[in-house]
Amino acid sequence: MQILLENSSVAGIDQFDVYRQHGGYASVEKMLTMAPNDIVEAVKKSGLRGRGGAGFSTGMKWSFLDQKSGKPKYLVCNADEGEPGTFKDRYFMERLPHRLIEGLIVSSYALGVNTAYIYVRGELSWIITQLEDAIAEAKSHGFLGSKILGSEFSLEIYVHPGAGAYICGEESALLESLEGKRGYPRIKPPFPAIAGLYGCPTVVNNVETLAAVPWIVMHGGEAYAAIGIGKSTGTKLISACGNIRKPGVYEIALGLPVEEFIYSDSYCGGLLEGRTLKALIAGGSSVPILPAHLATTTAAGEPRLMTYESLFEGGFESGTMLGSGGFIVLDDKACIVRNTWNFARFYHHESCGQCSPCREGTGWLEKVLERIEHGHGRTEDIDLLVEIAKKIEGKTICAFGDAAAWPIASAIRHFRDEFIEHVSLAKDHV
Amino acid sequence: MPKFSLALLDKVQQIIRRYPEGKQKSALLPILHLAQQEFGGWLSPETMDYVASLLGLVPIEVYEVATFYTMFNMTPTGKFVFQICHTGPCCLVGSEKIISYIETKLGIKAGETTPDGLFTLKRVECLASCGTAPVMQLGKKYVEHLTEEKIDSLIEELRTHADFIRK
Repeated sequence: MQILLENSSVAGIDQFDVYRQHGGYASVEKMLTMAPNDIVEAVKKSGLRGRGGAGFSTGMKWSFLDQKSGKPKYLVCNADEGEPGTFKDRYFMERLPHRLIEGLIVSSYALGVNTAYIYVRGELSWIITQLEDAIAEAKSHGFLGSKILGSEFSLEIYVHPGAGAYICGEESALLESLEGKRGYPRIKPPFPAIAGLYGCPTVVNNVETLAAVPWIVMHGGEAYAAIGIGKSTGTKLISACGNIRKPGVYEIALGLPVEEFIYSDSYCGGLLEGRTLKALIAGGSSVPILPAHLATTTAAGEPRLMTYESLFEGGFESGTMLGSGGFIVLDDKACIVRNTWNFARFYHHESCGQCSPCREGTGWLEKVLERIEHGHGRTEDIDLLVEIAKKIEGKTICAFGDAAAWPIASAIRHFRDEFIEHVSLAKDHV
Repeated sequence: MPKFSLALLDKVQQIIRRYPEGKQKSALLPILHLAQQEFGGWLSPETMDYVASLLGLVPIEVYEVATFYTMFNMTPTGKFVFQICHTGPCCLVGSEKIISYIETKLGIKAGETTPDGLFTLKRVECLASCGTAPVMQLGKKYVEHLTEEKIDSLIEELRTHADFIRK
């Protein structure tokens, strides 16, 4: 099912003319025949949920935007993709920059926004150029700028580079960074819908979320909601990596069985010759890791599906989350302790340092895991890790603390034997 | 004291105009990127003071921001900076081996610069390139699917055309 990546392999689709020949920007023409609120309603009906990782209803988020403050309103596109295992937004923007611009135009119209920013991670400098070129092209054809297509609606879109800070993917940190400050997450409430960029009402949406809006405008919210299962509607970009035959970005209709996604030649293509599945991190480094048997089936024995609900089936005891769609496959040669230590180092490095449980706790997690991995661990270290993780989770300004704690707690929950083995075998796996 | 050319000063004004009046501090990250690129690949205190003066900020406002973001170098670097991703997904497919290989080949450890000032090796976190891992950022490009052979030819190419990337 291709809603987002439709036409992505057409030569020159990143250019305005080719994009337009393939139906691009039709939703901008259509939106001008619609009332802004009709688009908000269509997005609500579609069941579209935030594709950055949180999975919150996009229509609801939009309807919270304060329309009465009299202040300017902003739409900010979160293109600060940095969650380990996740490279879908980068893949999408490289191929279909105009689709993102189109999504920003129709979404801004729906929200009554006249200025939008795309916050892109600074490392992706060629994408920044591509987006700026796409904006200039759209503008020269009257789809952007003052009085779009002769209407009363005007919009400017600007690209803003980040500078290497994972935390800026957190929406309030992103806004701080966009204001030219350190990326420190804000205490909420107030939420950005009330006081966001420059204290003004702001919506922050992920690239993939905004890119889905043109299709919803063209085909209606019901048509989008007809794809998928239950509250997991539409399609999702999954970036698959790790020990699989065909790493890459795949667009799936939500509801595809995990087993099919891993083993079908249409997707990951299975594992390398002679290897077996050991573990799955289904939604980016922050979500709980699952052992093979819980990756493809739930604890109740049902097939595990690629939906928000099915992946969470069993809660944190035996389930995980869809997250960002960063799908990391680990085979039987992968070392869980080493991978967990690696992630702990990542979170320690990326902690913004505002809240002490996270600033200090992530460092302790890293140190303890490092000594276990290098054969200097003690038996009590394993429970110590669980204790530290518990003392970070839920005790910080933003969800980063949870994101740092969950991978460690889940690795020990499901692979305790491997940690014990490391502790009992000095100098193992060095 | 570093100083932008007239063309770049014009670019600075363009960047400032992206943001509402009085919110020129928003232009800080893009202008720091520009300054780093222009003034030798790192941000000296003089460069940061200059950026502060352009945006009407006190220098400490620039220092505290510049030191938060890993893309800004606070010390001089080699001409070519190999930034190798060492986060989980890259490690699952061999980035640690690639890092060791480069360390041996260049005779430096991660974080160091070769004595001829040509190469700096850095370990960095996830570059959003996990499907084409192992990966490095080199200037404004990514070099993906890294292998030892690829490293060999890259180093040779860079030594031969020493001003390949910065242009």
